[in-house]
Amino acid sequence: MKSLLKTFKMGGVHPLENKERTAGLPIERFAAPKKAAIPLSMHLGAPCEPIVKKGESVRTGQKIADSDKAVSAPIHASITGTVKAIEHFNHPLGPRVRSIIIEGDGTDTWIEGVEPSLFDKDAPCEVDFSKSAEFLSKIREAGIVGMGGATFPTHIKLSPPPDKKIDTLILNGAECEPYLTADHVLMLERPRSILLGMRIMQEILKVQNVIISIENNKPDAVEAMRKAAEGYADVTIAVCQTRYPEGGEKQLINAVLGREVPSGKLPMEVGSVVQNVGTAFAVYEAVALHKPLIERVLTVTGPAIRHPKNLLARIGTPFKDILNYCGYEDQENNKVIMGGPMMGKAQKYLDVPVVKGTSGILGITAAEVVVMEHRPCIRCGQCVQACPMGLNPTLLAASVENEDMDDLLKNGLMDCMECGACAFICPSQRQLVHWIAVGKMRVKR
Amino acid sequence: MDETQSGDHNAAPKPVAPQKTRPAPKERIPSLVVTYSPHIGTEQSIEKIMYMVALALAPACLASIYFFGLRALLVLAVSVAGCLAFEAIFIRLMQPGTDWKRTTLDGSAIVTGLLLGMNLSAGAPVWMIIAGCFVAMFIGKHVYGGLGQNPFNPALVARVFLLISFPKEMTKWVAARGDVFGTVDAASFATPLNVLKLQGAAKAMGLSKMGLFLGSCGGCLGETSALALLIGGVFLIALRIIRWHIPVSFIGTVFIFTGILWLVNPQKYADPFFHILTGGVMLGAIFMATDMVTSPITGAGMIVFGVGCGALTTVIRVFGIYPEGVSFAILIMNGMTPLIDRYVKGRRYGLRPVMIPQKS
Repeated sequence: MKSLLKTFKMGGVHPLENKERTAGLPIERFAAPKKAAIPLSMHLGAPCEPIVKKGESVRTGQKIADSDKAVSAPIHASITGTVKAIEHFNHPLGPRVRSIIIEGDGTDTWIEGVEPSLFDKDAPCEVDFSKSAEFLSKIREAGIVGMGGATFPTHIKLSPPPDKKIDTLILNGAECEPYLTADHVLMLERPRSILLGMRIMQEILKVQNVIISIENNKPDAVEAMRKAAEGYADVTIAVCQTRYPEGGEKQLINAVLGREVPSGKLPMEVGSVVQNVGTAFAVYEAVALHKPLIERVLTVTGPAIRHPKNLLARIGTPFKDILNYCGYEDQENNKVIMGGPMMGKAQKYLDVPVVKGTSGILGITAAEVVVMEHRPCIRCGQCVQACPMGLNPTLLAASVENEDMDDLLKNGLMDCMECGACAFICPSQRQLVHWIAVGKMRVKR
Repeated sequence: MDETQSGDHNAAPKPVAPQKTRPAPKERIPSLVVTYSPHIGTEQSIEKIMYMVALALAPACLASIYFFGLRALLVLAVSVAGCLAFEAIFIRLMQPGTDWKRTTLDGSAIVTGLLLGMNLSAGAPVWMIIAGCFVAMFIGKHVYGGLGQNPFNPALVARVFLLISFPKEMTKWVAARGDVFGTVDAASFATPLNVLKLQGAAKAMGLSKMGLFLGSCGGCLGETSALALLIGGVFLIALRIIRWHIPVSFIGTVFIFTGILWLVNPQKYADPFFHILTGGVMLGAIFMATDMVTSPITGAGMIVFGVGCGALTTVIRVFGIYPEGVSFAILIMNGMTPLIDRYVKGRRYGLRPVMIPQKS
């Protein structure tokens, strides 16, 4: 019975998991905010153009922005109210982004055809697989993007070019980032919804082989998904070793299939598509409940958070509201991170909104903020051993500092996914990822 | 500055700048720390690595004190103190503005001092040890920019400098007697490798292998007990501070190379066990060649490096005029390290032909 744990071949680290504070907590619904700032760019690809005007009243779930570009995903109002402004607003991923500011009127009136009372149940409706031709357009119209944080539009990922033969759909429930438990609790509370969402994607891709991969630090989630998948002979549950970055797309493919995505190519090159469990859940809600992506599960935790929670929050909710609700201890020189501690983005302003890729909000107290000292490299090689892509991070970082661009590309700069394993393990606390990111920016320019 | 000191010709009173009153901010904006990811790190640090290496050297240090007496302790103490002192001086001179106390005590100077001491005879005069410390810290390390920048192992630079400059003092060997408090008899005592070089293989083969393994033979402090050095090496590999690649490939190459020679002509050449147990092979392979700064960074590179060290050691020992070649071999390979790193890289993810199983 006992099978070997699956894991990727190269590199990897094991940071302290710190998940126990929120792993057992139920998903709590966070009330719709009074004011929502909805950025026109919450996905990889072209930003959307607004299709509402200032002063117009909108209802929850109404499409307010769209794009005619191929790689993009429409955006919907997350609260009911009036469009107060369309202007540049702070964005958790960096520079200010054109956003639609909606002032709520206190009601939460959904668009027609959506029954909000169904949202709290696990798989309340069956999926009508006879209408599978509509699935893809429904996913696009619901504005669904990869919920793991990369936010690549899901409908693009689900429509590979015809010459690429896809044989396996991998559902990513690894959640290897420390602290985060959003996917974990979602698997516990909505396993049937996730499974149905996965079957919808399976139907679109026409694949025979489906694998749900979960790290072995979540035995209850493994059990829940196994129960939900009972009776489906084509679904495999792959239990993976708890090792960072197990949930990286390329690492997961390597772990469960033993394949390697060629450098610079997409997973479809090796016949696989990876989707996050949160994405599967959103796909189910979009197809079965006609619900656009206007809210998501996120983990609020960290040393500066007195009452850590797993929240179901609306897109556009200011971080500040959520932090206050969770008992954030506001001190000078704290750090607030969107996402996990390995790949998350540190925030400068707390009025930034929850976006489609917000998997969590971490509050770190000033005392616990890790200051990277950037001491001399002693060439211990820990980063080389930790790199899951088999790169030489210290060499890459040094090449950026010395502006040696030819060497950078030859040594695989663009293969780096900034997982942070190298800088995490570095005994000299060198800001390797920072320099590699600088290098990528210079190359793109 | 006082007004009266500014001179008379410019006596006009300076206009007082109107006090600007900034509008009070509507809301206190908490100052948040913003850095690039990752936001957590390991507990590992330069200090921990260096002190663990020093700890791993402890069994060998104790063994040397046991075999050579308190004079060995003096050699080690002078060497460590000298390296620390020169480290502090050169950091203050060459890296002004850094926290010199912290940098001096980061452990790297202590490890260099211990390794230099291990590379000297128990009879080494104090002035010579201090000269060695100076060379290690200045020519070996700080002329290149300090920790992490030196291409050659500082302790070996110092050892080779001393070996060439003061050959008489450097070869004043002391007999290993296992008498801690006995007086040191600094007469010319032949090390096993001297015996081999000068008196031939037959005589050298007469030495007990177990004695060589446990350490009852003359030589540098660190050349005695292979057992104590191996304990330290296993400790470092278990803690993942060094990797197995260099020690195994270094010792393995010496073993295989000398083994072939021995099989060809056992009358002329010593057996491979003799070669790996004598001289600096154990010390060099476990502690000197594995110096992170001066050795390749990838596992494959480390094996190339270790094989190179082993081959050069054997060539110098068997065909050269020096009885021992470990220091020269490692220094030569240190020089090759950038080249090895350039051409021997680890396998990268996604750079091999992909096999997709074709189902019928």
